[in-house]
Amino acid sequence: METIGFLLDGFDVAFTLQNITLALIGCFLGTVFGALPGLGPANGVAILIPISFSLGLDAASSMILLASVYYGAMYGGRISSILINIPGDEPALMTTLDGYPMTLKGRAGEALTLTGISSFFGAIVATIGLMFLAPQLVKIALLFGPAEYFALFVMAFATLGGVSSNNKAKTVLASVIGLAVSTIGVDGQTGVPRLSFGNVHFYDGIDFLIVIVGMFAVSEIFIFIENKNTETNKDQKNLIINKILPKLSTILKTVPAMIRSSLLGFFAGVLPGAGASLGSFIAYTFEKKISNKDDTFGKGDERGVAAPEAGNNAAAGGALVPMLSLGVPGSGTTAVLLAMLMTMNITPGPLLFKNNPDVVWGLIAALFFANFILLILNIPMVRIFTKILLLPPKFLMPIVAMISFVGIYGISGSSFDLLLMIFFGLLGWILRKLDIPLVPVIMGSILGNLMETNLRRALTISDGDWSYLFQSKVSIIIWLITIIGFILPLLIGGKIKSQMDKLKSKH
Amino acid sequence: MNERIFGVISFIIACGYIYVASLTQLSFISDPVGPKTFPYIIGSIFAVSSLFLIFKPEFNPQWPSLYKFLEIIFVTIILIVYAYSLPVVGFVISTLIATFILSWRLGAKVTEAIIFGAVISFGIYFLFRTILGLSLAKGIWGF
Repeated sequence: METIGFLLDGFDVAFTLQNITLALIGCFLGTVFGALPGLGPANGVAILIPISFSLGLDAASSMILLASVYYGAMYGGRISSILINIPGDEPALMTTLDGYPMTLKGRAGEALTLTGISSFFGAIVATIGLMFLAPQLVKIALLFGPAEYFALFVMAFATLGGVSSNNKAKTVLASVIGLAVSTIGVDGQTGVPRLSFGNVHFYDGIDFLIVIVGMFAVSEIFIFIENKNTETNKDQKNLIINKILPKLSTILKTVPAMIRSSLLGFFAGVLPGAGASLGSFIAYTFEKKISNKDDTFGKGDERGVAAPEAGNNAAAGGALVPMLSLGVPGSGTTAVLLAMLMTMNITPGPLLFKNNPDVVWGLIAALFFANFILLILNIPMVRIFTKILLLPPKFLMPIVAMISFVGIYGISGSSFDLLLMIFFGLLGWILRKLDIPLVPVIMGSILGNLMETNLRRALTISDGDWSYLFQSKVSIIIWLITIIGFILPLLIGGKIKSQMDKLKSKH
Repeated sequence: MNERIFGVISFIIACGYIYVASLTQLSFISDPVGPKTFPYIIGSIFAVSSLFLIFKPEFNPQWPSLYKFLEIIFVTIILIVYAYSLPVVGFVISTLIATFILSWRLGAKVTEAIIFGAVISFGIYFLFRTILGLSLAKGIWGF
């Protein structure tokens, strides 16, 4: 069992005082980011990357901090879903359906405990899955050459948004905006400045961290400014939780739901372009199909809160599989985590497992550890986070803004970078108003250079023959998946989307 | 601005992008693809997907009122001024003022916002500079 040996090495990496502290801080901050409506895992990780970079943390430690934030946000999202019927982040949407009715029945504490347990369950299943599946995928990935990698990157973009995205024109537009940003600067292969308008600031290219923080943190500030008066009043009496522990029989009743949802969620997460939102959606719909015999779903059924939470946490872990083993992210947050590794000059993919096993296994070990911390934070100590929910945006948003500025300024000490960040914030706001997704933009700016490098390497091998891209069996398979992944949502996406919208409009 | 107008703007940007990419000076060393091809591919897809927005718009965006719009512009200006004042007056003072204005615009009372600005500015300074040793903007007075 070499996996176990690697894992033990990983625990050696994770169990240093510094890394344990980082995991604790990450779990706490992550739960806060998840719990606060408007901020989610992607924002949280985005804000913290520049800071962990400026602090000079090594790759393993940064990854531990940020992955704890990622997992923490998946736990935290449920808190506001259950208590105030507003999802703390997108994947927690499904939890409102049965979580809020439970609160109305005075069972908020029980709902929080059940979802805490199911989050834990889902995340542990996913981390075990990650541990065994990622090394297998690495073996396949070792067969990949530049042509296959190029195809893989195209696939990542084509399948973005999963089956629920039916407006492909917008996803494509968003992707090319990001890719266009990545082409600015001196061309890595020939050394000529490109699209830099003769401006020295552009010669180094636009750091994708600036794009990420601008789009995910600064645009959020504009959204808050816009919505400041229309905000719904938070019902404060719901934030008082009485009974926390459900009966053992109640917990046992939800165990089958947790198992089913964790497995479903994990596979949804591994699939390209899916991510946690889809994981919780699939888990809830499936659980409703098989367990809703007495028509209790949507009225505060315990299984209805356990299923989506196990599903989204499992999917979050599953999404780490393609990111770590192939270097191809499937969701916004994993794209941001990938950006962090690239900032540290580490290219995820098969070589990561060979060259930096400490990062991979340290991360996996830390994820196990983080889950136990999160279980404690999210059940006995959940009241701390319900207090944080009371923090109004007028205080929250300036903090987000200032920390974004501190982070980006810390990297380069340049006001020009801050200006760019504000620009991307505004652009992000406009794109959001037009219902154009931001994740592809981010992914484009992160992956653009890798994509181009692989394309040019492939064509250098073939001496300019473009058919080389479609020659190997592996690349043909990837291109086929790409085409199916692109077209399928156009055929069935509308149906799923309208189903999701129907559930959304219920509150 | 509806989708159609945005499509037109983004189409123009796509064409501009292709044009600027075509101005790239070629160097004497080059691979078979060269530095222009990838931008050309990106630019073409950019232009085509913009055309989709022009000819098949299906979403009607809700824009904020003029007042809100001005407020967003105001906040943007504040953030820009903040970005440029950091290296001049330093982190503590510029952050105090920027935080004050932001929280005030988001609905805090003036006194509340001033106290909050001070707390955040000194708090971040203490946390990041004193404890974590991060380099913050120094400015002419050194803080």
